[in-house]
Amino acid sequence: MTAATLKIGDPLASHENARYALLTMSRIRRLEEAVEDLFGRGMMHGTMHLSIGQEATATGVCMALRLEDQITSTHRGHGHCVAKGADLTSMIAELLGKENGYCHGRGGSMHIADVATGNLGANGIVGGGIPIAIGAALASKMMKKGTVAVSFFGDGAMNEGAFHEAANLAAIWKLPVVLVCENNGYGMSSSTHLAFAIKTLAERGLGYGIPGITVDGNDVAAVYAATQSAVDRARAGDGPTIVECVTYRWKGHSRSDKNLYRTKEEIDEWKKKDPILFFEHVVREKNLMNDEEIAAVHAEATSQVIHAVNEAMKGVPADPAGLLAAVFKTADSVEVSA
Amino acid sequence: MTDRMLTMSEALREAMAIAMEERPEVFILGEDIGIYGGAFGVTGDLYHRFGSERVRDTPISELGIVGAAVGAALSGMRPIVEIQFSDFTAQAMDQIVNQAAKIHFMVGGGLHVPLVLRAAAGSGTGAAAQHSQSLEGWFANVPGLKVVIPSSPYEAKGLLLASIDDPNPVIFMEHKLLYKVAGREEVPEGAYRIPLGVSRVLREGKDLTVVATGIMVSRAMAAADLLEKEGVLLTIIDPRTISPLDMNPVYASLEKTGRLMVVQEAPEHGGFLNEVIAKVVTGPSLGSLIAPVARLAGMNIPIPYAPQLEKAAVPQVEDIVKKAREIVADWR
Ligand SMILES: Cc1ncc(C[n+]2csc(CCOP(=O)(O)OP(=O)(O)O)c2C)c(N)n1
Ligand SMILES: [Mg+2]
Repeated sequence: MTAATLKIGDPLASHENARYALLTMSRIRRLEEAVEDLFGRGMMHGTMHLSIGQEATATGVCMALRLEDQITSTHRGHGHCVAKGADLTSMIAELLGKENGYCHGRGGSMHIADVATGNLGANGIVGGGIPIAIGAALASKMMKKGTVAVSFFGDGAMNEGAFHEAANLAAIWKLPVVLVCENNGYGMSSSTHLAFAIKTLAERGLGYGIPGITVDGNDVAAVYAATQSAVDRARAGDGPTIVECVTYRWKGHSRSDKNLYRTKEEIDEWKKKDPILFFEHVVREKNLMNDEEIAAVHAEATSQVIHAVNEAMKGVPADPAGLLAAVFKTADSVEVSA
Repeated sequence: MTDRMLTMSEALREAMAIAMEERPEVFILGEDIGIYGGAFGVTGDLYHRFGSERVRDTPISELGIVGAAVGAALSGMRPIVEIQFSDFTAQAMDQIVNQAAKIHFMVGGGLHVPLVLRAAAGSGTGAAAQHSQSLEGWFANVPGLKVVIPSSPYEAKGLLLASIDDPNPVIFMEHKLLYKVAGREEVPEGAYRIPLGVSRVLREGKDLTVVATGIMVSRAMAAADLLEKEGVLLTIIDPRTISPLDMNPVYASLEKTGRLMVVQEAPEHGGFLNEVIAKVVTGPSLGSLIAPVARLAGMNIPIPYAPQLEKAAVPQVEDIVKKAREIVADWR
């Protein structure tokens, strides 16, 4: 089952919106906990990059987007994918290498794309999606589609040449694109303090003529608000904006991280800033949701994820027989995306 | 088993430590090679032993890193660059191909680039299409680069030390499945160097000559063990460096076996081992052949994710056994 159609709006605008925001963050959290569990039990191959702790960023950004707006995502892309409206069963089936997975078992966690929800794909290459989002925005402009493209990328990606060349193109062509930097403090083991000589990453755009804003990436409403103004600017033809969302990844970079480059205290400190707990606090304060409603949302997310895992397990393993034919699009080949 | 049955990671780390102790101008740079110890744990504790100047963590900037290494190499240093996955050499291609490979030649010999670029290559870990390629053929097609593919811990240490000594840019492709396994032979303590451009005959058998690179060497050896029980005897040759390439042991072996099979993980189309075949059929061995030359290579597809797909995409021990058995049976 797919999430509600997008362009939800402000997470704090109504009970429905608050519920949607909480449900989305909870679905992302539960999905990734399930992924970690499947991986731990040896049922999932390869590696995984979990965004636990960063759920507000994906959720807040996508609540400002229409279904037809496009995103490019990253290796840490499960949250973006879910927030843009992906089907959980197809996602998990992909991780399990099943034929009914988004990529028919060919891509795995780092390559899920979902054409139906405008997700041009996760990416195994740091920075790889940024120029692609610029190209999507260029197509939107040339074809007068009125859509906006959002590129999600990490702090680390800002030091790739791809970011710089793409940023300049977006600026000089005034493209309808939003550059969402999820600054979780680290690119693998390299801390932003060592990898940058500037104060905020939002400043990075200034040399290209791109305005930037830094927000608390664990505050879904703040992320939404910053993205919404960037999207409005983009749609109005005023060009790109950098939205830097300051957040933190709770888990290791990937399966094999010993966390030698940061302290347990730091991790614990950030866990206190849990975006989900924070939002619960806010919606209670504002009388948008009560404890019972909050608990019901989490129960719903949990049952959706359990259902998705069970359904995904029923899928047949991806079949090697189709591989050669899958390399090129041909006039009569079937669409790969589910 | 002795304590010198090292893994390839350990052997590579020893080589780098020896080189850094021998020469102050040797240093390592790359992503997460410091406190993290490298994406595959190869640099390990070197950061603690040699400090952050010489085991230099970088931002995620492959083009910049390789370019900085080229410049440092031109100016008296001997950098070893670690690229986490060989796929990301694509980011740095200009500096590798247009700069490092050609500077010595273009400027008429006045400059040279003593640079080693180590990168983790190959499939088998479920890392999918952008983290699993075998790109050695790209580099072998660029004059000015040397290309080394160690197949075991012993080879890795000796070849890396020779690569660091070499006054030219060397691309050093390490198969990631080999990092954590010990080889079939001990790794000597201290320094030893395996000259670049000398193939190694790992085993001699009268029926079929197999030329294999990287992880395919151990798969071919395993296949040879199995086939020996059936009375099919293989010669296994590991070129070790594909640029420069030493064909002499291949020619010599073909005089005895008359049958050739090449095995590589990289996709068949345009793959490097086609060069071995070309040299055989256009060179002195054509007359020795009593069977059509056989090729076993990766499928012409990006490496897929799911384990059953990934396995199907590249030659496995059983594929080598089957093909070798067929050639020997069909061409008596
Ligand atoms: C071009 C490239 N270089 C290096 C890597 C290896 N790598 C994968 S993720 C990562 C860190 C990325 O950091 P960041 O952009 O901050 O994203 P985060 O992991 O923090 O979400 C690295 C170094 C890669 N996948 N691609
Ligand atoms: Mg980061």
